[in-house]
Amino acid sequence: MRTAISGLDLRSASSLDDALAILRDDPRMLVAGATDVYVAVNFGTLEPRRLLDIWALDELREISVRGETLVIGALVTYTSLIRSAAIAERLPMLVEASRVVGGAQIQNRGTVGGNIANASPAGDSLPVFAAVDAVVVLRSVDGERRVRFGEFYTGYRATVMRPDELIVAVEVAPVQGKQWFRKVGTRAAQAISKIVVAAVRAPTPRIAFGSVAPTVLRVPRTESALGEGASIDEAARILSDEITPIDDLRSSAEYRRRVSVNLLRRFWADTSGQ
Amino acid sequence: MKFTLNGETTDVAVHPAARLIDVLREDLGLTGTKEGCGEGECGACTVLVNGEPVCSCIIPVAQVAGTEVMTIEGLGGDHPLQHHFMNEVGAQCGICTPGMIMAALALGPEPTLDDVKIALAGNLCRCTGYSAIYRAVMKWKGMPPPEASGSLVIE
Repeated sequence: MRTAISGLDLRSASSLDDALAILRDDPRMLVAGATDVYVAVNFGTLEPRRLLDIWALDELREISVRGETLVIGALVTYTSLIRSAAIAERLPMLVEASRVVGGAQIQNRGTVGGNIANASPAGDSLPVFAAVDAVVVLRSVDGERRVRFGEFYTGYRATVMRPDELIVAVEVAPVQGKQWFRKVGTRAAQAISKIVVAAVRAPTPRIAFGSVAPTVLRVPRTESALGEGASIDEAARILSDEITPIDDLRSSAEYRRRVSVNLLRRFWADTSGQ
Repeated sequence: MKFTLNGETTDVAVHPAARLIDVLREDLGLTGTKEGCGEGECGACTVLVNGEPVCSCIIPVAQVAGTEVMTIEGLGGDHPLQHHFMNEVGAQCGICTPGMIMAALALGPEPTLDDVKIALAGNLCRCTGYSAIYRAVMKWKGMPPPEASGSLVIE
C-alpha cells in the first residue's frame, strides 16, 4: 500500500458538542470532506498526525436565512450550494464558484468551512466571501465569536482560528449590486485557479482576487478609484500595483498581473449599464 | 467498521484513517476500483457513497461508516451501461472506465450532452478523446448520441 496512513490518528466526532469537547481536551486538525487533507496524506506532506473527523456533524449542513442574513453551515458542500434556491437568489456568484470547484466527486465532499479553514490563496469560494464582507462564525466550548472575513487570514495559510475552535457557519448580509465571478485555470474542470475573482457592482464596487497574493485579497484602492469615477484605465493601473502575484508551477507573476487587469476590465464592461 | 457494500452488509476491522480505496482493494479484494492520481483529480477511483460519486482515494474509511457504498463490482458485469461502453469502444486502456461508469450512474433522466460532460468533468481519460464515452452514456440514456465532429480519411 503506497499511502502513508501509518502514524495517523483519526478520531470521529458524533456531534458538535462532542467535537468541541474533543478540541478542548485534545486539539486536532479538523477533517471535513477530506478533499484537501487527504491529498496531503497521499503526498506524504501532512504534518499534523492527529485528526478530528467532523463529517458526521449534520447540524452544520443547513443553509438558512435568519432575518436578512444568509447563514451557510460549515459542512454545506458545493453540490448543496449549487442546488440551493436561497444561494441562487442571494449569492448567485457562489453557485458559479461552486460549479468550477473540481468535478462532481469533489463538489460532493468539499465544504464551505473546509475551503475557508484550508486557507489556500487559490480557494475558489474565498473571493466570493471576501467581496461580500462575509462573517465567519467560530465556536469553542467557551462560546461563539464572529470574525469579519477581511480579518480572518493573517498570512499565507494562516488564520485567526484557535486550536480549540471550529468554523460553524459563514454569514452573508444582503448584497446590493450585480455579482460577477470568473475563474481562470488550465481547463474548465479540475484545475486549481491561476486567478480567481469575485466582484459586486455597487456604488463603490467590491472586488476580491484569489491566487494573486499570499491570501485572498480585496483591492480597496482600486475599488475607491472606481467608486470615485476614475476611468477603467486608471483603475487598471492602480490594480496592477495593488496585487502581488508570484511565479509558481501554475502560472507566472506577469501572466497573473496581465490577466487580473483584463478581468477587472471584463467585470466593469459586463456590469455596465445595469 | 460497518457499511453496506454493493447491497451486502460488510464489517471490516481496519484503521479508521485508511483510505476507502485501499480497504476496497486490499481488505475486501474488490480490485475493479482503480487508483490513478491519488489526489482527487482524475476520478479513476470513483465509487458511489449513498448514491453520490466520490473519489475513494481521498476518503478516510471512517467517513463511510453506516453508508451505502457501490463499486463497479456492484453492477454485476452485465449492466447496460457496461455493454454500451464495450459497443462504442468507450474503453481503451481501461483504467478510467470503472470511474467513468460510476460517475455516469449519478446522471438523471434525459441528460443533454452538456449534462453528461459536466457529470464526467471529474473523470480524465487519456485514450479515447471522450467522444466514445459520451456516445455510450447518451445511448444508455436513450438520448441521441453526439455526431462525430470530424472524419478520419486515409488515402
